[in-house]
Amino acid sequence: MIQRILVAISIPFFFILQSCIFTNLKLGNVIPNLMVLLACVYGFFYDEKTGAICGFFCGLLMDIFFGQVLGMNALIITLIGFLNGGFSGLFYAEDIRLPMILITLSDASYGFMYYILAFLMRGRISIGYYSLNVILPEIFYTLLVSLFIYPILLFIDTKFRNYRIRKERERQDV
Amino acid sequence: MSPIVRKKGERFTIPSKYLLLILSSISILLMVLTYGTSLFDVPVNTVAGTLIVPFEKGVSRAGEWLKGRKEELTSVRSLLEENARLREQVDKLTEENIILMQERYELTDMQALLSLSEVYYSYNKVGARVISKDAGNWYDTFVIDKGTNDGLALDMNVIAGGGLVGRITKIGPNWATVTSIISDGVNVSGQVVSSDLTLIATGDLQLTDRGLIAFSQLSDPDGLVVKGDKVVTSHISDKYLPGLLIGYIDTVTNDANNLTKSGTIKTASDFGYFSTVLVITDMKNTEYE
Repeated sequence: MIQRILVAISIPFFFILQSCIFTNLKLGNVIPNLMVLLACVYGFFYDEKTGAICGFFCGLLMDIFFGQVLGMNALIITLIGFLNGGFSGLFYAEDIRLPMILITLSDASYGFMYYILAFLMRGRISIGYYSLNVILPEIFYTLLVSLFIYPILLFIDTKFRNYRIRKERERQDV
Repeated sequence: MSPIVRKKGERFTIPSKYLLLILSSISILLMVLTYGTSLFDVPVNTVAGTLIVPFEKGVSRAGEWLKGRKEELTSVRSLLEENARLREQVDKLTEENIILMQERYELTDMQALLSLSEVYYSYNKVGARVISKDAGNWYDTFVIDKGTNDGLALDMNVIAGGGLVGRITKIGPNWATVTSIISDGVNVSGQVVSSDLTLIATGDLQLTDRGLIAFSQLSDPDGLVVKGDKVVTSHISDKYLPGLLIGYIDTVTNDANNLTKSGTIKTASDFGYFSTVLVITDMKNTEYE
């Protein structure tokens, strides 16, 4: 339950953080993609379902405010959250390499899928330009930001995990 | 046996594969339904507006403050240079202004003589604050803090810094999304002021960084259009009001068909550097009523 509330609160929080704060802190003309980061991390922390649901609502928020059609970002990020959920069995709190690799791969696949759905379909074929000027810088910036955000999310998650374990023990003792 | 079967005493859960299938289907269905229609706009935009926008209004101030600090750090030197340049420009413009004022008196007299009441269009405008910008890197859209409650409507034109910025493409009760003219794939019908030739200006992500937009379908057999010519929105545009400044011609090249020309336009407004915009509340289709 607590986990669900945590996910439900962090989606709008990160959306506002991204669209109000990070849009003013552009590096190399890009902003980091916190929505992909969030779906990726929650999928990895918990399971496929949480990742997929979190991704769906993250993407839907992006679509409502900025999208051309509803559902495009939702579809892509749902898939990303689900696939990252597949790695939740490999979750170890002290290992930071695997989540970083997953975030990189996720953001790259978001970039390419979005390019194909929104740009290639309209005949914008210079994939080299878009890779170098949009997708790659976005990956680097997202990775940079996730180095700071991931430990915070991990810290909060560990707190709740410990709390849950303690509660369960108390119940067993009684 | 189907995996979705509820056993006694067990909580009802959907297998994750089915959940993925359901969510993907909803997404695809939404894409298909909202591609041509605005079926869900009112409920979805209202809910999103009440949940998100009140927070955004506060947080965007923090964002602007951060942006200010970032710019202070990086741009003291360039500001000094700019200041010197602007001072020169002020002197020049003051001089120009005096001449123009004289000409204006003359013009007013002439207009009175010819009984031309409205040469320049004057539109009703409403100011609005930019509260958040596109959460992705592919398009150029932003959200303003006014919506249908403040009398705004879909397709209203938005200007800033003297030039056309874009038009409202989505609207909720207390917010509206503006798609700017530099956003990839957005078309504006324009007109070169000096020669009255029309062209189609199209936003292109590859040019956005340099403050340019592409133009095409300029039929100019006599080579009248040159660099620096002023481009405004044309009379034949169905969404944009006529006479709004788009920018100035930057390059002109002949197309392979030798009939039309294309090139780039330097936009008049400095995209990415405004925090307030003006929304023109007059609409193209009601203008002649």
